[in-house]
Amino acid sequence: MIARIAKLVALALAVSPVSLAAQDIAVRAGTLHTMEGPAISDGVVVIRNGKIAAVGPASSTAIPEGIEVLTASVATPGLVDARTVVGLAGFMNQPHDQDQLDSSSPVQPQLRAIDGYNPEEELVGWLRSFGITTIHTGHGPGAVVSGQTMVAKTWAKTADAAAIVPRAMIAANLGASALDREKGPGTRSKQIALLRAALTAARTPDSEKSGAQKDDSEKFEKLDTRVWKDVLARRVPLMVTANRAQDMMSALRLKEEFGIDVVIDGGAESYLLLDELREAGVTVILHPTMARHFGDMENASFTTAAKLREAGIPFALQSGYEGYVPKTRVILWEAGWAAANGLAPEHALSAVTVDAAQAIGMGDRVGSLRVGKDGDVALFDGDPLEYTSHVTGVVIDGRVASREVR
Amino acid sequence: MISRLLRRAALAAGVALAFASGSASAQDRAMAFTGATIHTMAGPVIENGTLVIEDGKIVAVGADVAVPADAETRDASGMVIMPGIVDTHSHIGSVAGADRSSPIQPDVRAMDAINPKDASIAKARAGGVTTANVMPGSGWLVSGQTFYMRLRDGDTIEDIAWYFPDGAVMGGLKMANGTNPIGSTPGFPGTRAKSAALARAAFAEAQGYCKGERKKVDLGKETLCEVLSGKRLVHFHTHRADDIMTVLRLQREFGFKVLIQHGMEAWKVAEELAAAGVPVSNILVDSPGGKLEAMESRLETAAILERAGVLTSLHSDDGIIDSRLMFRQAGIAVRGGMSREGALRALTINGAEQLGLDDRVGSLEPGKDADFLILDGDPLSVYTDLMETWIEGQKLFDRTTEEGRLLAEGGYGAGNPMELAHHHWEVAEAEAAQ
Repeated sequence: MIARIAKLVALALAVSPVSLAAQDIAVRAGTLHTMEGPAISDGVVVIRNGKIAAVGPASSTAIPEGIEVLTASVATPGLVDARTVVGLAGFMNQPHDQDQLDSSSPVQPQLRAIDGYNPEEELVGWLRSFGITTIHTGHGPGAVVSGQTMVAKTWAKTADAAAIVPRAMIAANLGASALDREKGPGTRSKQIALLRAALTAARTPDSEKSGAQKDDSEKFEKLDTRVWKDVLARRVPLMVTANRAQDMMSALRLKEEFGIDVVIDGGAESYLLLDELREAGVTVILHPTMARHFGDMENASFTTAAKLREAGIPFALQSGYEGYVPKTRVILWEAGWAAANGLAPEHALSAVTVDAAQAIGMGDRVGSLRVGKDGDVALFDGDPLEYTSHVTGVVIDGRVASREVR
Repeated sequence: MISRLLRRAALAAGVALAFASGSASAQDRAMAFTGATIHTMAGPVIENGTLVIEDGKIVAVGADVAVPADAETRDASGMVIMPGIVDTHSHIGSVAGADRSSPIQPDVRAMDAINPKDASIAKARAGGVTTANVMPGSGWLVSGQTFYMRLRDGDTIEDIAWYFPDGAVMGGLKMANGTNPIGSTPGFPGTRAKSAALARAAFAEAQGYCKGERKKVDLGKETLCEVLSGKRLVHFHTHRADDIMTVLRLQREFGFKVLIQHGMEAWKVAEELAAAGVPVSNILVDSPGGKLEAMESRLETAAILERAGVLTSLHSDDGIIDSRLMFRQAGIAVRGGMSREGALRALTINGAEQLGLDDRVGSLEPGKDADFLILDGDPLSVYTDLMETWIEGQKLFDRTTEEGRLLAEGGYGAGNPMELAHHHWEVAEAEAAQ
């Protein structure tokens, strides 16, 4: 019995993200994609105290004595999923594990992702085992404003420990995914009217409010109002999921009218609006490359990533939201399919590493192998973009999060 | 405007004529594709090989093949040629079957719902699919007769059908167990045991009917007679290992031919499936879950089945997986441990064998139909493009054309059959004007 307990404890230590193992490790790879320049052949990345301490060719980069060295034929920065719902939308897809949408009201910016995020969720572990170390996750489609998003590391015991940005963006949805003919909003016009009303109310100075409103706001500033004020002050961007060109234009009109930061999510028809998107200076978090082509996405193209890249519009790939089987996509494979459809392999990797980090405001912390950044590395036995290759290891903050061959 | 309409009418007539005469005799003279790497699925890979086709059939394939003197020769150096994909489970063509009136509707036919002009069919061709088992849904114990589709550019359902030797339109019977058929609709089962009991009762009743004089024709039972006689294959949607075992029990009791469809947990009962000689049409999805029965889906399933000796195909279940992602699925199967050759077989000959069409398609052998694909590299690499899809010696997808690219990649108008048809006309007009 005691032996058994000891074994259990040993096992727990081996997999526990809070084990006391030092966050020192090195990875040596035949091809090291730092995403800060050309790939280094026979490269080394040294991680001390969870942060990258050195990166370079093995010939000139010293590996401190006594620290574990993982080897792989190819290594990349830990992958960054620029938009997902894992941790909230559970893998069973039963009412009890779907926390990405509350349908009681169409506009609820006060719903925090961190209050719904389950770091132990099966799909978080699934993504982690495929080299995804950072996720921008949170509320999903189904409401005009479904709630907030957060940026999390995929390996942590609690939501608080996982969150590196507890409130990253406010998730808004335009078009079919947020229409409800019975409960409303029943039209696209109404969707925009709701958003304009919320932003207008939050923009109105307290002194100009009518008596009743003033009394209320003096007593207690409502949670949603606080969020909208932050949106108006550009302290947090409004991420607008829009796939049809007309819905993207609606989002750009909102940006213009209220002077807010807008990030376009989805963007199936963005290839029709390359000039408009570039002029507006927005980032596109593009739908999964393999997203199904129907509904608002009936005109989606596998080549949109390549077109955005060519047009110089900042973009990233995402796993997105799935309502059925499979319950989540894996950005590694979405990047592969983008590379299969005109996006240069190095740019496909950028779209799930350094560019994805940039798109979610994490460019200084994750997404590339640069001294000072988090010690997040994904290891592969071949070209990461080939479906036939495997992930052979995952390092998060200098700790080995997975040694599985996936 | 009038001249444009006239031109369209003339073109339409031309197209119709071309179809009437052209579809029967696929090409006027023999064609030879030379210098290609050829995966025949009937032997080792042939390097620098030649494929000769004539009248819609394969005439010769090999490294040392004499090219007929009058043959049109195409240099296919650097290209890869393989059989067209046989997708053993698809929902292209806006297919439907049973309605909610009863959980068992064997009389209902997929062929009566399919739109042969649906854009999804042309897209599937752009993904390399040349034959597909198109099925009604899984929310019934028996949702109807499936339709074995030849992905010709046809106008009617008959144009795109496979046929039984007796001339009847070919297909199987879609059945399901597990959670999908269970529900609160009156008459539908509430438990797994009830599902099995209802299916058993239907077959037991049919056994009596089939032995009788059948004077008063019952269309549903007639279909079950075809199942019981072995003419019509049962495509059984089933996920969980215990549900798969229930299928095997039903199969033993009534002796029908069955193909396990999906089999998310087939990896758990691979030995049992091998022992029963029951094949599997498998799907590999990006992640587990999405429904309770899929919680233990694995990327390794096809590989485990291959090792156990189970005849395994891969399917799209389009729209679950887009038909244009079939090669990607084969890549995932290899990632899960399947052999590279085995993964390509799972896209082609294995499915043909499962559907009983392996004497016609699924491999490149003399006498078989000239259904083949031309790719610009290793079929299992993401960097490879499918360039052409040929069915019965006719090139029905060409990635280098504007229309071909739209079908292969998507884009504005690709999702809408009307737009697509319009686009087709624009392209035809532009080509005619040249």
